[in-house]
Amino acid sequence: MVSSPYFSLAVLFAGALGFGLAPLGLAWLWAKAFSPAKPNAVKNAIYECGLVSQGDAWIQFHSSYYLYAIIFLIFDVEAVFLLPFAVAFTGLGLAACGAMLVFLLMLVEGLAWAWAKGILTWA
Amino acid sequence: MAVDSELKIELGKQGVFVTTIEELYNWGRRSSVWPMQFGLACCAIEMIATTMARYDLARFGAEVFRPSPRQADLMIISGTVTKKMAPQVVRLYNQMAEPRYVIAMGACAISGGPFKQGYNVLKGIDRYIPVDVHIPGCPPRPEALLQAFMTLQKKIDEQPLTGAGRPRHLDAGAQGEFPVPEQGEHDLEPTSNKGVWPLPVVIR
Repeated sequence: MVSSPYFSLAVLFAGALGFGLAPLGLAWLWAKAFSPAKPNAVKNAIYECGLVSQGDAWIQFHSSYYLYAIIFLIFDVEAVFLLPFAVAFTGLGLAACGAMLVFLLMLVEGLAWAWAKGILTWA
Repeated sequence: MAVDSELKIELGKQGVFVTTIEELYNWGRRSSVWPMQFGLACCAIEMIATTMARYDLARFGAEVFRPSPRQADLMIISGTVTKKMAPQVVRLYNQMAEPRYVIAMGACAISGGPFKQGYNVLKGIDRYIPVDVHIPGCPPRPEALLQAFMTLQKKIDEQPLTGAGRPRHLDAGAQGEFPVPEQGEHDLEPTSNKGVWPLPVVIR
């Protein structure tokens, strides 16, 4: 085993693991011995806030928020892709422009969808 | 405790430093008291000034103002505690990690101050939670807060780790949760925590 070329790696791995785990273990032992936990109902509440915590930390977002995700893609993420496209525009071939156009059309479709859903109107 | 203080000074002059676990432990505790980032009224402005360069609370290891009570050791009640705010203050105190300390800063926090006769101001936060250091002043100068801080450090330094007077986190019997008052019809209910603040005897 010692003659294996990977033996030194295994030793290094064990050392690295110990280097990471030993301080954690020592901290845990120290906390056990010198700072015993003193929990109470208010301290264990899900949020630390002066007001009484409401509900659960595990909440589900309503699926209707997908419209915000679409709008975010159109107006924010799109800009990230459009800027390098605009910079490199003159040097691009027909195929690249075509690909970019398809990408834009997909986003415009999302915009049309959001428009049709009426979320662009100021309520 | 084990080593006589004069002998310790003498040894120190010779370059020999002796200490005890208790001293080392308390030195660590008092040198990294993290206050909670929590201001109530005009005293908070003085508290903020204390943390800035001119007064520099960082000299005492307490510059890390934590926005979460779960990471804080010290609550500085900096200002007027209204009856509307008192339950929130007590709840935040309950959520702080042990060992926790409280500095009541300014006339309002210790007694209600100029608003003592008002219907809506709590006449001292020590009615609900144990206060370690009271500072008078309206508002107290940053120097006064530093003085309070040094007093607290001294208090932490002198706490034995065993026996009576040990820090609350080492005392399994010490109260961890303090009852949060609720808004009653005319006043907070209860009007004070009898365990922390025994009713003063009125002599007529």
